[in-house]
Amino acid sequence: MSSRTNISCLQEAKRVAIFGGTHGNEMSGITLVNMWIQNSAEIERNGLVVKPFISNPRAVEKCTRYIDTDLNRAFTPENLSAPDVEGLPYEVQRAKEINRMFGPKGSSDAYDAIFDLHNTTSNMGSTLILESSTDLFNLQMVHYIKKAMVPHTCSVLLNEHPQLKYSTTRSVAKHPIGLEVGPQPQGVLRSNVFESMRTILKHALDFIELFNSGVEFPPCTVDVFRVQERMDYPRDTNGNITAMVHPHLQDCDWEPLNRGDPMFLTFDGRTVLYEGANTVYPTFINEAAYYEKQQAFMTTCREILAAYAIRKACK
Amino acid sequence: MILTEEGREERGKSLFSLARMAVSGGTHGNELSGVYVVQEMERQRKETGEHAWPIPVTTVLSNPRAVKECRRYIDKDINRCFNRATLSSPITDSSPYEVRRAQELNNLLGPKGSTDAIDLICDLHNTTANMGLTLIHYTTSDWVTLHICKYLQTKITKVPVRVLVLDVPISDAYSLESVSKHGFSIEVGPQPHGVVRADIYTIMKEAVDLTIDWIHKFNSGTVFEGGDVEAFKLIKSVDYPRDPKTRTLTAAIHPHLQDRDFCLLKQGDPLFLSFSGETVKYEEEPLHPFFINEAAYYEKEIAFHLGKKMMLTIPSVQVQKD
Repeated sequence: MSSRTNISCLQEAKRVAIFGGTHGNEMSGITLVNMWIQNSAEIERNGLVVKPFISNPRAVEKCTRYIDTDLNRAFTPENLSAPDVEGLPYEVQRAKEINRMFGPKGSSDAYDAIFDLHNTTSNMGSTLILESSTDLFNLQMVHYIKKAMVPHTCSVLLNEHPQLKYSTTRSVAKHPIGLEVGPQPQGVLRSNVFESMRTILKHALDFIELFNSGVEFPPCTVDVFRVQERMDYPRDTNGNITAMVHPHLQDCDWEPLNRGDPMFLTFDGRTVLYEGANTVYPTFINEAAYYEKQQAFMTTCREILAAYAIRKACK
Repeated sequence: MILTEEGREERGKSLFSLARMAVSGGTHGNELSGVYVVQEMERQRKETGEHAWPIPVTTVLSNPRAVKECRRYIDKDINRCFNRATLSSPITDSSPYEVRRAQELNNLLGPKGSTDAIDLICDLHNTTANMGLTLIHYTTSDWVTLHICKYLQTKITKVPVRVLVLDVPISDAYSLESVSKHGFSIEVGPQPHGVVRADIYTIMKEAVDLTIDWIHKFNSGTVFEGGDVEAFKLIKSVDYPRDPKTRTLTAAIHPHLQDRDFCLLKQGDPLFLSFSGETVKYEEEPLHPFFINEAAYYEKEIAFHLGKKMMLTIPSVQVQKD
């Protein structure tokens, strides 16, 4: 078979949503979505409808991550099929509502793409988060965005891990994409972070418009960081942390961590070293929201994913 | 008159020794360096007993409920509850948690304004602003506090050490350290709320250890030479540009101002970058901004404070001999 015939024909992406405020204190996405709800000119594109949407309005109002439970972990099959009874946690109710509006998850009626906007206290720069290594549309889009952002770097995090993968708000759509930009403290809006997120979305929507107009995207490869393991802080028997991320690891997201490298520093000044056999690439280093999820950082390994050429399917 | 180290006789000050000090963390429950410094000091006390430090130190978590929930406060900012009116207000069932707790702390460490009040409270804070190590207190004439600031400025070289004075009469002063005779806050940043950074923790711990060190030296008879201390006096605050109807932000701190706490702001310098791309410029007298883009100040309608740089001249000090 010649490479000319290896073109995947995919459905147009006509219905696209941009979610801000999945976590109510991650300000870049909240600000962008509110801005676009007032005036959508910047996100309008030919051949598609783009809906800006605040996913967790009660959390946004209180400038807190969530009210009862993390919305970005709430889109499990159990929650989505839970009966409408009183006493359901707010975010479970909200997940069901979002699934009705933008899903149902897994069906042909679901939105084509959802961009879910997040900030992190970690020094991750601009990061795109994928949930599948075989979603060609997403791989091609991410490749397009990365090229368009040069010289600015855009990292790609792939979370396909059977235990660590979680049921995200965006997973309701056929093509879920997470945008994670940091470092930015919770409750703070940093101009550079806000503008980076805005630029990523501009390129993403440009890609979809081009794709819908019939442009063919040639085969490509995408460098990704694949999630391996969650590393927790050292804790005492009461569950309290006994050490902090070591200064040599702090802010070094995406840089190699080798056996023997400093990892944690205890409050009384002792260094704890990384003992893993292989070089890993840590990310989400010292994310505020993950102390309660028992995570100091995540380890990843580097991988190159290949994507076939794609074009819009002919009717 | 006192005798300095070089044997010069000088019009210095003879002051009472500092018998007791307190270190308070978690006044804001999500400012984590102080929480862990206090925790570590309590662990040291358990291990080595009361001789862990050369002087008696009381350690306290000011707002334990907020610390447990990793929030700034439960009902109300406790660090605005230490003015006379709030400290003397009657407690009812509907009193905010923090008002109750403030009165408890006043009983423990005060009463504010009395001779029984503890000599020094060192209240530990973090900020999302790039303020390095900033020492904050009320007056320009507390020689003990200013000498401690001068001492920290000479001993700590890893980050800039600055002094911020609020110039508020003590009865109006509303923060925890005003309960003590010579209190001040140690503010270290930048650190996101809900995060503990090792570099920031280490700076804060060093500042606390050096404060204890100064007090011990002072109590033991060391003469601390007078001199000039550069300080910043709070003049006013500036809010974000907001939509007049909805009060939502229409601009962010300009990238050229972000992280440049204590720089000199001159007319024409950029302040904010609006979401539609316009730059809002500074139009007033040259002043120094600080607390630039502090997370907790959005709800207080403060984008940054502005201060005037000044030189405070402090006399040599020595402990009063019995």
